[in-house]
Amino acid sequence: MGKTLLTKVWDMHKVATLPTGEDQLFIGLHLVHEVTSPQAFQMARARGLPVLFPERSFATVDHIVPTLVQERPFGDPQAEAMIAELEKNVRANGIRYFGPASGRQGIVHVIGPELGLTQPGMTIACGDSHTSTHGALGALALGIGTSQIRDLLATQTLALRKPKLRLIKVEGDLPRGVFAKDVILRVIADLGARGGIGYAYEYGGGTVAGLSMEERLTICNMSIEGGARLGYCNPDTTTFDYIAGRELAPAGGEFERAVRFWEGVASDPDATYDDVYPLDAATLEPMVTWGINPGQGVGVSGRIPRRSDLPPERRDAAAQALIHMKFAEGEPVKGRKIDVAFLGSCTNGRLSDLKAAAAVLKGKKIAPHVRALAVPGSQAVRRQAEELGLDAVFRDAGFEWRHAGCSMCLAMNPDRLVGDQICASSSNRNFIGRQGSAKGRTILMSPAMVAAAALAGEVIDVRDVM
Amino acid sequence: MAKGKTIVKAIKGRAIPLPGDEIDTDRIIPARFLKAITFEGIGRYAFFDERFDEGGGEKPHPLNDARYRGGSILFVNKNFGCGSSREHAPQALLDWGVRALAGESFAEIFAGNCTALGMPAVRLSREAIATLMEAAGARPETEFAIDLETMTIRFPNGELPFELPESSRQAFLLGTWDSTEGLLSHVEEIRARARALPYLNGFR
Ligand code: SF4
Repeated sequence: MGKTLLTKVWDMHKVATLPTGEDQLFIGLHLVHEVTSPQAFQMARARGLPVLFPERSFATVDHIVPTLVQERPFGDPQAEAMIAELEKNVRANGIRYFGPASGRQGIVHVIGPELGLTQPGMTIACGDSHTSTHGALGALALGIGTSQIRDLLATQTLALRKPKLRLIKVEGDLPRGVFAKDVILRVIADLGARGGIGYAYEYGGGTVAGLSMEERLTICNMSIEGGARLGYCNPDTTTFDYIAGRELAPAGGEFERAVRFWEGVASDPDATYDDVYPLDAATLEPMVTWGINPGQGVGVSGRIPRRSDLPPERRDAAAQALIHMKFAEGEPVKGRKIDVAFLGSCTNGRLSDLKAAAAVLKGKKIAPHVRALAVPGSQAVRRQAEELGLDAVFRDAGFEWRHAGCSMCLAMNPDRLVGDQICASSSNRNFIGRQGSAKGRTILMSPAMVAAAALAGEVIDVRDVM
Repeated sequence: MAKGKTIVKAIKGRAIPLPGDEIDTDRIIPARFLKAITFEGIGRYAFFDERFDEGGGEKPHPLNDARYRGGSILFVNKNFGCGSSREHAPQALLDWGVRALAGESFAEIFAGNCTALGMPAVRLSREAIATLMEAAGARPETEFAIDLETMTIRFPNGELPFELPESSRQAFLLGTWDSTEGLLSHVEEIRARARALPYLNGFR
């Protein structure tokens, strides 16, 4: 019987069965950022434990980095202390670091694939829940907490339970105006924000096979929003072509050998799954969220569901959402005035995302009352966008063109919502307070939809302006 | 602070009912409190934006409710702790005085983080959680005992069975919830694994 990528890669990395019944897995790549690592380094230090495989850890800064001016010291002393602590830790432990001065800094989930660090068949962990992003290249990649980072630093392994596997099988062509973001928002809306608990998601089917690597990264990124700690796509020629020539990827004869290995880790055609969720791409339309978890989404032509129409287990969250969002059930999200437009994040801060938004914005001006930010996911993305003249498109339209970082995806840097502002956002979380104001409101959507909302000053259907 | 093994068999104490589905880690601890480089004193920021308004005035919240002060068991509903992997969330609850959680379901990373801190997060049905919340709400002085050996919560009015992944249960009963030592005991096997991985060896 055929095997899945999950099983093949899991077994290849299994070190031992632990007394708890969990598996001890070797982790091939550990990505480090400033927010979740200082306590882990402290814990390891306090126990006198050295980093076992420092050459398999790579670090960057993303959450706290200001995106307006990146000169040191940072204006916020706490942010400065945090980056200084990271730099101290990587130096003391011989860990390679891509800081602001390297020209390679960026959101950890953008730079991993971009540098060629993320590869098929690897196990990858990072103290950040969106580590699932890296699964797009055919890796098993998962987010961990700080105590587990300590484990990883000291042993390069983690104690894990193998999840069940659900195949999300998408078939058909994506309709006009529908992007990878809409696919994953729809999956999460259908299966619910906790639908993936206990599962890994394999994204397959003809639609996924036809997606670019950046689109796959967007989909895998939000696996965690559906409750699945890891999500992946099987590696194929799209994957290999993407990796070829990247700075830290294998090259020459080694690349040829690598491709043979990578091909072998893909799920076999006759592999079986614990669950299969089929999705017909033809039924997709641009998605918007109306609530306070990413599962509370609806097609842009649809209406906010009535609580009585929801399954009972979703009604409590819907009630909380409507209070916070100041929305009413049964009304459309389309037509809602927005205050802020945010383009960026590890979900949609890559070159193709900026291109899609710029295509909508080109030659137009955003609504005068809207504050709009375009934030590249990495310094490399920023450079590439500037080479294409996208920065001019954004600036001319009235967007602020920023430096690389997490920015307004979360409230750890100066980019914040104020009061109960509504933000059309290409990020991944619409949680209460996520964008820096306890009363702030977030509507998740694709980059093209964010651009369209910025132009109109309200949520509109991007298909009407394409 | 090298830790010996601490076996966790039961947690006894008063409870704090904290109703609501999908309570995410951004609500448990807002991101701006993640800028400290230690977890010290982090409990004071637990549910900060739900406990205080912009002017610093107290809002009604179970953690502000004098009747529940000193409670060490948190009763919650569905998918508690979803969202970010930040261990700051369970650390804040631990520092607040929480020693165990009982809920309908927990996000996986959050539950794993709780286990790693020696803080069981056990699961019960919606009805059972409602019963527990009611009991704690009606008589905040009620003592509850979460017993990992019998897998039940006992309280004066009854006894309810709960679920907990067997691996987490074993981690508490064996005292291996702090996993580093157990993992370190296989250093030779770890190195052997690394030597066998194609991508660490030029794909040969
Ligand atoms: S962009 Fe947002 S979701 Fe992604 S790593 Fe940064 S803060 Fe987390």
